[in-house]
Amino acid sequence: MSELINDEVIEYVGILAKLELSEEEKEQAKKDMNRMLDYIDKLNELDVTGVEPMSHVFPVTNVFREDIITNADSRDRILANAPAQKEGCFKVPRTVE
Amino acid sequence: MAKQYETVIGLEVHVELATKTKIFCGCSTEFGGAPNTHTCPVCTGMPGSLPVLNKQVLEYAMAVGLATNCSISRYSKFDRKNYFYPDNPQNYQISQLYLPICRDGYIEIETLSGSKKVRIHEIHMEEDAGKLIHDEWEDCTLVDYNRSGVPLIEIVSEPDMRTAEEVTAYLEKLRLIIQYLGASDCKLQEGSMRADVNLSVREIGAAEFGTRTEMKNLNSFKAITRAIEGERERQIELIEEGKTVTQETRRWDDNKEYSYSMRSKEDAQDYRYFPDPDLVPIMISEEWIEGIRQNQPELRTEKMKRYREEYDIPEYDIDIITGTKKMADLFEETTKICGLPKKVSNWLMVETLRLLKEKDMDADQITFSSRNLAKLIELTEKKVINSSVAKEVFELIFTEDIDPEQYIEEKGLKTVSDEGELRKVVQEIVEGNPQSVEDYRNGKEKAIGFLIGQTMKAMKGKANPEIITSMLKEML
Repeated sequence: MSELINDEVIEYVGILAKLELSEEEKEQAKKDMNRMLDYIDKLNELDVTGVEPMSHVFPVTNVFREDIITNADSRDRILANAPAQKEGCFKVPRTVE
Repeated sequence: MAKQYETVIGLEVHVELATKTKIFCGCSTEFGGAPNTHTCPVCTGMPGSLPVLNKQVLEYAMAVGLATNCSISRYSKFDRKNYFYPDNPQNYQISQLYLPICRDGYIEIETLSGSKKVRIHEIHMEEDAGKLIHDEWEDCTLVDYNRSGVPLIEIVSEPDMRTAEEVTAYLEKLRLIIQYLGASDCKLQEGSMRADVNLSVREIGAAEFGTRTEMKNLNSFKAITRAIEGERERQIELIEEGKTVTQETRRWDDNKEYSYSMRSKEDAQDYRYFPDPDLVPIMISEEWIEGIRQNQPELRTEKMKRYREEYDIPEYDIDIITGTKKMADLFEETTKICGLPKKVSNWLMVETLRLLKEKDMDADQITFSSRNLAKLIELTEKKVINSSVAKEVFELIFTEDIDPEQYIEEKGLKTVSDEGELRKVVQEIVEGNPQSVEDYRNGKEKAIGFLIGQTMKAMKGKANPEIITSMLKEML
């Protein structure tokens, strides 16, 4: 199994994802992620010379909308999802400037 | 001898596009609505919501690309830029990293040292973030997502500029192009145009660039100029002291005239970009590009050329009037109504510029209508009012866009051309100022000016000065 995902990497990924993991969870995540990398290595065995990189699996392009206002004020419904609100705004812990 | 340094500057310019709706949803982009009244599940990042690209955003981006000599990518797509901050409800910003819509352009700038090409590395489309309001009472932050999802294009230049003067010329040229295209109003103060300055210094003649910093929070041309000077000095000082410049983002404080490191946001500068799976790629045909090219509105150079051919106004006036889209539009609309280009140009060049300067305003902030200016010109031409009354009325048109016809009627400002009435007043003035009459008769031509002034005063400025003059001459 791949050993690329070590303790240091798991720590860093945790910071990026804003996740606090227990020791067991870290061990489990390390295993899972190394397995994923093994799978990617499998793909590396294929010869892809001349194959364009793709970002989407479906052969669909150019899905647009016209520049027309379709949404009315639905603030109450949107704010119903807020854990806390004040003066028509989402209320969050103070951000550092 | 002290070392000589050269400043190397590249710009990242964000421009809010003038679409009616947001980039990925049908919410209004209108500025200044009550907080969160222009929001929906898409622009507040609710799970399961799906973005769909506003076609007008793409067409504006293409138009700006064509006007700045870029090549338009035939195949383009969106990527996710991941970061956690409450202004961004999805925890990623939809942007373009790998295949931006426009590449490899340039614009030509003019400065006192001549003309120069500034190359454009790329232009990409992305979404704006929400607005954070810091609540002092409760020590918390309030988030308004009305601006979240407002379409932006980011225009990234190559590090081709060397002075603040070049930067200003580049920004002004860019702003003019975009305003003429109608793609944005580009107001720095209101944030519809924002510039981040990437700056490094190096010894003159050095082959390598120095380490650069990026400065944000620059919301006027003056602030940009001061920030460039300030940051250049800061970096030179570090180098002279034998220290090194750190590559970082800094926030310019225009009051203190100093930039501060924004380390708090630097913690995780790892955006882990990847293609956005919710948005399908964009394929652009040659015909589509050609269609946009054909429909490009007239840009400044073309407009100047047309003005020279169509209107008999001085080159200096053409230069000033076409210098902003606002002035040019006002000039054309007013001329269309009254048919007197020279008069319109005079009102714009003299009184309008004077009032703008007096009130420390930009032409973009003009609020009066072409209809009322045209009416004023017509009233003056028909001699319904004289020029000094016209100037007074214009000030009110400028500040409140009043209807001059109605105003003149209400205030009784019409020029008195009734000869009988005038003659009576002139007679009184002649009788009441024997000294001046005497002087005039003795050859002191200037004395008549005093008598005209006295008559105007008695008529409260509403008389036709030409008629007064001829009456006075006749009586004397």
